[in-house]
Amino acid sequence: MSGTKKETGFSFTIDGIEVTAYAGQTIMEAADDAGIYIPRLCDHEGLRHQGSCRVCTVKAGGRSVSACTQPAAPGQAVENETPHLNKMRRDLVEMLFHEGNHLCPICEASGNCELQAMAYRLDMTEATKFPYLEPCRALDASHPDIALDTNRCISCGRCIRASQDVDGKGVFGYVGRGIHRRVAVNGENLADTDAAVTDNAISAEVCPVGCIIRKRVGFVTPIGEREFDKGLIGHDIEEKRK
Amino acid sequence: MDNGQQAGNGVSKTACSVTPVPDGAVADICERFGNDKHRMLDILREVQDRFQCIAPATMDQIAEETGLTRIEVEGVASFYSFLSLQPKGRITIRLCDDIVDRYAGLEAVTAAFEDALGIKIGETSADGAVSLEYTPCIGMCDQAPAAMVNDIVLTNLTAQSAREVAEAIIAGKRPEDLVSDRFATLSPHDRAVRMVDNNIRHAGAVLLGPVPEDAGLSKAVSITSSQIISMIEESGLRGCGGAGFTTGRKWRFAAAERTERSFVICNADEGEPGTFKDRVLLTERPHLLIEGMTIAARAVGAKEGILYLRGEYVYLRELLEQVLEERRRRGLLGKAILGTKRFDFDIRIQMGAGAYICGEEGALISSCEGLPGEPKTRPPFPVNRGYLGYPTVVNNVETFCHAARILDQGAKWFHDIGTEGSHGTKLFSVCGDCLNPGIYELPYGHSVWELLEMVGGQDAAAVQVGGPSGAMIARDSFHRKLTFDDLATGGAIIVFNGQRNILEIVDYYMSFFVHESCGYCTPCRVGNVFLQKAIEKFRKGLANPEDIDYLKDLSGTIIETSRCGLGMTSPNPVLSTLANFPLVYSAMTQPSKDGIRATFDIQSAIDGARKIAKRRSYIFDRDFTQ
Ligand code: SF4
Ligand code: SF4
Ligand code: SF4
Ligand code: FES
Repeated sequence: MSGTKKETGFSFTIDGIEVTAYAGQTIMEAADDAGIYIPRLCDHEGLRHQGSCRVCTVKAGGRSVSACTQPAAPGQAVENETPHLNKMRRDLVEMLFHEGNHLCPICEASGNCELQAMAYRLDMTEATKFPYLEPCRALDASHPDIALDTNRCISCGRCIRASQDVDGKGVFGYVGRGIHRRVAVNGENLADTDAAVTDNAISAEVCPVGCIIRKRVGFVTPIGEREFDKGLIGHDIEEKRK
Repeated sequence: MDNGQQAGNGVSKTACSVTPVPDGAVADICERFGNDKHRMLDILREVQDRFQCIAPATMDQIAEETGLTRIEVEGVASFYSFLSLQPKGRITIRLCDDIVDRYAGLEAVTAAFEDALGIKIGETSADGAVSLEYTPCIGMCDQAPAAMVNDIVLTNLTAQSAREVAEAIIAGKRPEDLVSDRFATLSPHDRAVRMVDNNIRHAGAVLLGPVPEDAGLSKAVSITSSQIISMIEESGLRGCGGAGFTTGRKWRFAAAERTERSFVICNADEGEPGTFKDRVLLTERPHLLIEGMTIAARAVGAKEGILYLRGEYVYLRELLEQVLEERRRRGLLGKAILGTKRFDFDIRIQMGAGAYICGEEGALISSCEGLPGEPKTRPPFPVNRGYLGYPTVVNNVETFCHAARILDQGAKWFHDIGTEGSHGTKLFSVCGDCLNPGIYELPYGHSVWELLEMVGGQDAAAVQVGGPSGAMIARDSFHRKLTFDDLATGGAIIVFNGQRNILEIVDYYMSFFVHESCGYCTPCRVGNVFLQKAIEKFRKGLANPEDIDYLKDLSGTIIETSRCGLGMTSPNPVLSTLANFPLVYSAMTQPSKDGIRATFDIQSAIDGARKIAKRRSYIFDRDFTQ
């Protein structure tokens, strides 16, 4: 953020805890700095904010807003960890599970998957009530080093922003609208683009699920030692407070 | 809609099989729009109009000319309903598939077209001559069933007239010949009123009565910008698109921004099913509208304006171009308007391409910028950072017209009409089961019942106020008032008599929202599909009593977590009918029998396996002969 932090800092509260923010910071950025985790899927450190998954919905001044895009405001009272908000978030995560095809036990992202981890964190422990949309999208294995299984895509757009802004390439983009809105590639298929396995957009951190797959490295980390086998999603942020 | 994934705004990677656009043609089109990526929608509309398809090779070329990537071009091309990645016929017939059209005989009209053309809805004839498809409300509900044949509008269709239209097209008639043999010699206004009736049933004092020419603008140049804004504030004028934000405040915010450029945009994208008031103003009061925009430009210091016209109203484009041209000639647009130094303002028309969401302020701005019609993140608000990042005032057609009249007649005059908190008059577009569908200009404050008496809709059993995103009310609420504080409405009043099936209407409206969601955010993109599927279950009689809670619960999540007004209101058809017609729902629910939930359709659940295994279930297959 610009400016000298000390001069522009102000405070507000998240679930009653006083937090400092600087002009231009979003609620989520300020929360992260203070060691308070707000659940998220489409937002990712180092990428532009998109505000589309809505999992980060918080109440600020009585209104529900996405914490990743809403600027922090002095004196504001923000609600984050409430049963009501977590229920909303669980609904959203369930929607994403039902929109695509998610068979975690046979997915190579299992244990490293943010969607799955978010389901654990939000207590999605029972069968859900939503209908399954069971899409049938083609697997794109045209590229020598990368495969795309968009049946697991949650339309978070992190790959799009990473490719555009970090790699300066624009390999990915959205097409269509409504329930048909999809992530697609800049050409007939992935081999037709200038995607490289070394791209930031292809790296393990960018795609939160098992949609962008690096060939020949599947199951490199054994199950049991994967990121979310060790702790709930968000624990790294929360540890800052301890 | 099958599994929520297949139907609708088709996005497929299948290549366009026709020969792509000839060499040079794409470059020419792009050049006409200055190879400007912000004019992408115009470029793509032009390609679609001339070559009936936006083929992959064409997208590559457009990308090259405009400095974008192919996927960015495809993102726009695949977003709008009127653009197509698959080849369409040289003539596309779009039948308006609104619930009102359905009740007015759409089925018979569709059958007549299908029969005479030899193709089904959604198909293109083998010789590439004609495509037939459905499209959501085209703003002609007072003269349904209606259709668009390329840019031409046909109204009050019957099976008979549909057949004649189809035969004329097969015989090689051009769409405009369907309106008049002398089409070329008619004035743009004559053309418009030959296609579409205005149906002005009641003219009020503000908009549809006698209106002096440019009296408001003359006043505006004689006072300061801040005096103009004060007048608008004092009049109590609020946005007439539905949200009702105070117009004067909006202008004041924009005027306070210090920048080298700012914009005034007219939102002429009325897409709310059942609304057609702007259509009438655009036809009968185009000068008043441009006058209002010009006044706004003076108030906020904008030099550039955009009139965003929904794709469905393309038949009004020439008329509006003519008005703009005439006003430029008369010194009412352009440099030094009315001889006033440093008062320069001009307007371009931006055509939409079939997307309801573009009525949302941010989505409309995105669309003007040549992007997919996705709402913008707020804050920043358009008055601070809008079109191309500059301060932008977006108002609806009716709002600008009101503003021009307020400048002429004074703030008090306007403030005194209507009720406390809802000042002035409002145009109501009334359609459905009533004797006199059309436009009524009334002061705010009438009850629904009073309006029903005026329109000959006394046997109404349900009234949809404000279109699908508004509220469906029952007879016990007809005393309620049409004001911002009680029943707020952008103007749509759809009357349904006792013969109509409430759940069918709700199902239709939910399909509409599923079709029109931009897809940006999870709750609206996915949640509305679930909501529509749940309503289907009710209609089939497969719902449990608990499913009523499910409807409420899911609606609550969609409303609370959606990113823009579409998702924040899309569950309204469900919620308002649950509240006002509870018996309709409870009549369609039944408790579980035999330990199997009624919602669970075992037959369809096992059908796939049954077919693969070529065996049957002895427990569940009742008919062993199948
Ligand atoms: S992507 Fe994540 S949620 Fe989906 S199947 Fe794989 S592990 Fe499960
Ligand atoms: S491919 Fe991965 S990163 Fe890209 S939108 Fe889908 S889920 Fe997000
Ligand atoms: S609510 Fe979300 S998906 Fe729906 S139209 Fe608005 S931004 Fe698009
Ligand atoms: S993380 Fe904020 S909307 Fe996705």
